[in-house]
Amino acid sequence: MIDRGYYGEFGGAYLPEILVATFDQLVEKFNEVKDDPDFWREYTDIMSTYSCRPTPLTFADNLTRHCGGARIFIKREDLNHTGAHKANNVMGQGLLVKRMGKTRVIAETGAGQHGVATATMAAKFGFACTIYMGEVDVQRQRPNVFWMERLGAEVVTVREGTRILKDAINESFRDWVTNMDTTHYVLGTTCGPHPFPEMVAYFQSIIGKEARRQILETENRLPSRIYACVGGGSNALGIFQAFLDDSVELVGVEAGGKGLSSGQHASRLSSEDASVGVAQGYKTYFLQDGDGQMKETHSVAAGLDYVGVSPILAYLAATGRVRFEAATDLEVVEALSLTIKKEGLIPALESAHAFVQAFKEAPTLDPSEIVIINQSGRGDKDIFTVADAFADPEWQEFIKKKAEDYDA
Amino acid sequence: MLEIYINNRLKEKEILLMTHIVLGYPTFEASISMIEAMVNAGVDLMELQIPFSEPIADGPVILHANQTALVGGATVQKCIDFAHNVSKTFDIPFLFMSYYNILYKYGVERFAFAMSRSGIRGAIVPDLPPEEGMDYLKAMKAYDLSPIFIFSPTTSAERMKYLASFGRGFIYCVARKGVTGVETDFSSQLEKYLVRCRKATDLPLALGFGVKKRKDVEYLTGKADIAVVGSQTIRLVDEKGVDHVGDFIKGLVV
Repeated sequence: MIDRGYYGEFGGAYLPEILVATFDQLVEKFNEVKDDPDFWREYTDIMSTYSCRPTPLTFADNLTRHCGGARIFIKREDLNHTGAHKANNVMGQGLLVKRMGKTRVIAETGAGQHGVATATMAAKFGFACTIYMGEVDVQRQRPNVFWMERLGAEVVTVREGTRILKDAINESFRDWVTNMDTTHYVLGTTCGPHPFPEMVAYFQSIIGKEARRQILETENRLPSRIYACVGGGSNALGIFQAFLDDSVELVGVEAGGKGLSSGQHASRLSSEDASVGVAQGYKTYFLQDGDGQMKETHSVAAGLDYVGVSPILAYLAATGRVRFEAATDLEVVEALSLTIKKEGLIPALESAHAFVQAFKEAPTLDPSEIVIINQSGRGDKDIFTVADAFADPEWQEFIKKKAEDYDA
Repeated sequence: MLEIYINNRLKEKEILLMTHIVLGYPTFEASISMIEAMVNAGVDLMELQIPFSEPIADGPVILHANQTALVGGATVQKCIDFAHNVSKTFDIPFLFMSYYNILYKYGVERFAFAMSRSGIRGAIVPDLPPEEGMDYLKAMKAYDLSPIFIFSPTTSAERMKYLASFGRGFIYCVARKGVTGVETDFSSQLEKYLVRCRKATDLPLALGFGVKKRKDVEYLTGKADIAVVGSQTIRLVDEKGVDHVGDFIKGLVV
């Protein structure tokens, strides 16, 4: 094995022997492309013609007035094709798959965003595609299953374990150890064995590169703080990386679920409930019991509902470079509602976590200061989940009626 | 030493049989009955799996057994105490099999000490390559325990030698790609692979993944030193009950 991918004590590659050769090949190919300016050009070209890059940086004047402090800017990853930053990683890995000559891709998905993005990439590049999705997530994100299937992907419902994101990752690995000759596993976030954390962070770094250039162009100054939600950590690292050497405070917001004291949350770095462990091929903070068995997690946002967190973020938390906070389900729905009404923007429930913390802190900052929120995805396509989060009675009536129509 | 036991045993039998159970599945009482039946049927050594919530190298049968055992209240300490009892009761070597997080959370040094104190002879940790396992290797050595390493059909000759340099007891050769409990093609390709494994090490070779009938064990005789039966016994327990284990194992002994 070539390189272990450690960030402080976190990361590594805890691989079953059967996958070692596959990872060696992946590390080699990734090292080849990451220093190749032609590859990055090919990548930015496809992101600007097939997706919507560079995505805009929107000044939120109404929210700024409402909060009455720092000026709020929003990085619009929701305007990517398929509606989230997930497209960045998926298209990058897709180009890598072409270079490796593989013909099939597999992926795990929680909210369904990464699954839809992968299925889209597979359709465009002509790859066979299988998506693993926990049974709980299939139930709460049916529209995404519908689209993945229309895009030609096979969606496999995972009924093992807690039947959410981590279980979908395990099943993807089980597929991969059987089919690695033809198949690449498009891991969706900055977790898993090396080189995935580095590789996914590399493709997502396009967010911060753009945001830094955009804020300097329009405002001629850097922001004081940047907010991003943290599930696995890919959108957060995507925007943070470009600012690591600046005096910009970086704030990661985790899923506080029903509150940190309830035990029903997915806060690995902002709560006392997680500890260092090794699972799914890497070492990081996991929500686990004293024996090392993974616990059940909870979030209103399926994309943040995960037991582990990027080893790169675990390291940046340990060094104090990134501050971690948690937003509860209730706070998230409030922040979402406010953003929709004030700005006409509809963040995904995941992204709304970042908005919560920004709204708490913006009023405490000087009006000359700037904060940026990374809107990692759009919420309008998750209408079933968002409508449930709002407990909208008329929507429920509509669904009941719709069900009756199907039965008739 | 485990290696000496295996080599002595191989003077009496052409191929040895190793079986695998998940501790606490379906219950600890059933685990003890299974071990008793297996030892009486002539099993030469056994893997005792400490259940883990994320067993990524295991297929559906053992995965389900892991989850059921955990729901049933299996803890790491219960497994260690259980192993202590069986190693005193039965006169064959027992090994632990589990994923690295179990050892890591228990404390790698403390885990090795507990193994040694309980009479467990070695461990198989499928998600711990030697590159990540220096603490583990040190602790295993300190307590004179055998770290069992794994070869796979995708492992290069060079890497086989590297892995074997850390291994003791025997090498666990995975018969094919994929997870546990799926069909294996016992073909000339498998034979070539075993020849490759044999060239890389002087340690005895165990062959596992997909071994489930007498014909498979007969095929392996002369090619490997130990046949490993894992998922098939668990499947049998699921379908027919613990009482059928003894006869099944007797039928495998060549």
